[in-house]
Amino acid sequence: MAQNILFYLAAVMAVATTSMVVITRNAVYAVLYLIMSLFAVALVFLSLNAPFLALVEIIVYAGAIMVLFLFVVMMLNLQGQRGDEATKRPTRRQMIVPGALALLLLILIVVSLSAGTPAATNAALSDPKLLGELLFTKHYLGVKLSGIILLIGTIGGLHIGRGGSIPSTMEKPIDDVTH
Amino acid sequence: MTLPINEALILSCILFSIGVLGVVVRRNIIYVLMCIEIMMNAAGLAFVAASARHGSLDGQAFFLFVLPVAAAEVAIGLAIALLIFQRYKTLDLWVVARTKEA
Repeated sequence: MAQNILFYLAAVMAVATTSMVVITRNAVYAVLYLIMSLFAVALVFLSLNAPFLALVEIIVYAGAIMVLFLFVVMMLNLQGQRGDEATKRPTRRQMIVPGALALLLLILIVVSLSAGTPAATNAALSDPKLLGELLFTKHYLGVKLSGIILLIGTIGGLHIGRGGSIPSTMEKPIDDVTH
Repeated sequence: MTLPINEALILSCILFSIGVLGVVVRRNIIYVLMCIEIMMNAAGLAFVAASARHGSLDGQAFFLFVLPVAAAEVAIGLAIALLIFQRYKTLDLWVVARTKEA
């Protein structure tokens, strides 16, 4: 029962925060909302008896991929007129929505941790050891292909972004960068 | 106790639709990449729900294959975004599409 309540709360939160990603105009807020949405989806995974994937979702998606997004957004300084936010303290009204979302996330995590072990019929589904064995026996080719894809991503990223890809708006105009 | 599998599939459809909407509506390339991430994540959610439905771990294994694809796509996509910003000084895809190659 607790797992179903967890699922519905997390689902509502996922839809709300994901919609905010599409709606909001500030790119940094969009990235932060997407991180929150990924946390909510991780809680959905938890309610589907996949705790290992929930952690992988948080570590890899929210931790690694979204930080890359945040890095690029900050580097490009989109709509650079938001410098006032660095010095001004956020007002009470601005704290309501993020505060409520963070509180909901905290409640969900506490509920999910106190819900105890998942149902016995699906115990095999939530075992990371079995998942690892399956991954390195039946889906071994897929693991190799994932490695090749990551290698292609690394080489492609290095090749495309090589040499003066950081727009140096401070020192010199961008026109000077030769292609 | 039953797992909320059907609801999870519906949630995955909703998230995927939001991602498609974002790709179509938004003009900023960063937002478009983020919405592609949303769609991949929704597909992964469908994999996990299907895994729970069939009581087999294959779906969960396939979610782990979605992750490197998403990571590689983001790395190359953001590099291309940097290149576009460098060349056109904007991230607006409509402007980029209408600009003649300099």
